[in-house]
Amino acid sequence: MSPTLERLVRHRTRRTRRRWTVICGFLALAVFLFGLTLSVGQSVVAPRDVLRVLAGEPVPGASFVVGQLRLPRAVLATLAGVCFGLGGAAFQTMLRNPLASPDIIGITSGAGAAAVFAIVVLQMSGPIVSLLAVGAGLCVALAVYGLSFRNGVGGTRLILVGIGVSTMLQSVIAYLLSTAPSWSLQEAMRWLTGSVNGAQLQQALPLLLAIGLFGSLLLSRVRDLEALRLGDETASALGVQVNRTRMTVIVSAVGMIAAATAITGPIAFVAFLSGPIAARIVRASGSLLLPAALVGAILVLAGDYAGQVLLPSRYPVGVITGALGAPYLLLLIVRVNRTGGSL
Amino acid sequence: MTDHTLVATGLSAGYDGKTILHGLDLAIPTGRITIIVGANACGKSTFLRTLSRLLVPTKGHVLLDGASIHRTPARQLARTLGLLPQAPIAPEGITVADLVSRGRHPHKSLFSRWTRKDDEAIDSALAATKTFDLAERPVDELSGGQRQRVWIAMALAQETDILLLDEPTTFLDIHHQIEVLDLLTDLNRARGTTIVMVLHDLNLAARYADVLVAMTGGQIHAFGPPGEVLTEDMVRTVFGLESRVIADPLSHCPMMLPIGRHRMAGHEAA
Repeated sequence: MSPTLERLVRHRTRRTRRRWTVICGFLALAVFLFGLTLSVGQSVVAPRDVLRVLAGEPVPGASFVVGQLRLPRAVLATLAGVCFGLGGAAFQTMLRNPLASPDIIGITSGAGAAAVFAIVVLQMSGPIVSLLAVGAGLCVALAVYGLSFRNGVGGTRLILVGIGVSTMLQSVIAYLLSTAPSWSLQEAMRWLTGSVNGAQLQQALPLLLAIGLFGSLLLSRVRDLEALRLGDETASALGVQVNRTRMTVIVSAVGMIAAATAITGPIAFVAFLSGPIAARIVRASGSLLLPAALVGAILVLAGDYAGQVLLPSRYPVGVITGALGAPYLLLLIVRVNRTGGSL
Repeated sequence: MTDHTLVATGLSAGYDGKTILHGLDLAIPTGRITIIVGANACGKSTFLRTLSRLLVPTKGHVLLDGASIHRTPARQLARTLGLLPQAPIAPEGITVADLVSRGRHPHKSLFSRWTRKDDEAIDSALAATKTFDLAERPVDELSGGQRQRVWIAMALAQETDILLLDEPTTFLDIHHQIEVLDLLTDLNRARGTTIVMVLHDLNLAARYADVLVAMTGGQIHAFGPPGEVLTEDMVRTVFGLESRVIADPLSHCPMMLPIGRHRMAGHEAA
């Protein structure tokens, strides 16, 4: 092997190794937070007892707290985080803009509005709500895409249209909640900022289905999505079918985002933050999807843990992630102003 | 050497229902450097975009080895026909070696592993563009000339026998313009790559082209060796400019000197 070739291979191996080290680090952190949620809350359950509960053994004093309260919470937080992280990073990568996240451009609010409508007005519950939310999310995505289409999709135009649509749908949610006669504050908070309060284990099923179906669809396009980062024309020159890739990415990302929104509500800014945080740490080597999925899980697990245990009073997870996300949104907008729109 | 043929027949294309190319016929000479020149909005970029499948023609065909490129599977086409667009985007923080490796995309499927052949293609692309020493640097830190060489390296790593370039020298100073055109000539001579590019500078086009194509009004006005195409008549028809064409003392190619209203010595002022 020539020395230059050897150096290239070394450089590539280093890049790959760095990427997988970071991914393993994210995974370890997510597992740690999952375990922490199970074992340390208002009461502390020894890790050994946690494992026994998970194995299905009855443990007095722990079976209910860990098995019925904390486990569903941790599972939903993890799965919803993965959905938001994956969907958000897919949109941001595809449109090459961190502001083009589903929670900024109205997809989350669309899914949320449909879920609230189904629950409050149509008095539905269960998987049908998730289906409606996915349908509504897709409709909003296509509407925003269509409204901003002129000789291809311009990033800034799509974001502005999306922000408008999002605001409109949020007022629909607020209106529906205000007309609901006996609506608890906790439930209202779920639809306004997102929360995993009152989680039940069977709610994990639609999320698992969404991740299995849409997640694998998305991952099958991961290389084409990577090529899109070089610009639509370059991607096309590299043999990517740009429109088909876009459609696949939109459908699968919206599917996951909407499924998660129907269960936990729009957990604020997780979709928006996961990709950029992952990008900052992994740097530009390789696809952001997997790291962003893990960061999403970490954000929701950590946000929920902080809201439940670390702060003086209890907050739903969306309040915590919202407080993290808002400053970052401001920072991005300041940066857009400085660079004249090119992020 | 390659024997791929790229032919446009009766090609019409445009944007928003406005036709820009009007029934254009051209057989790209295999293994040569073809340079397209013309005034702004004459359709030269549209022509290149249609040749490279970025734009679907409203009439006519682009045939690669006799088969319409709009019906060839995208990945297969991208192994023969490469394109460097005018404004490609480098993801933030990407290193040169990583960017160049993206050129291997059409040679890979979802599950195929990275092979020695891929590394060799990148190695030789970096060597040909003299960018090996930049390999581990982030692309955003490079100068304009270096960056353009890196993008050409990415197109080389794609290992296509035909390479289309849309104004590869725009935004470069004259030193880097010459560097890029020399590099493309090296590539054409060493690998026999068929090169088609759009260029603004008539004199550089005349010097570096084997075949010069002058376009006006979405049609081909003249086509052939620079010595036959670059004439005072052509410059008048295509650019609406009076000029004098002399022999370039260095290359003996034709060289165009524009005639303006000011600063002309004596009787030639238009």
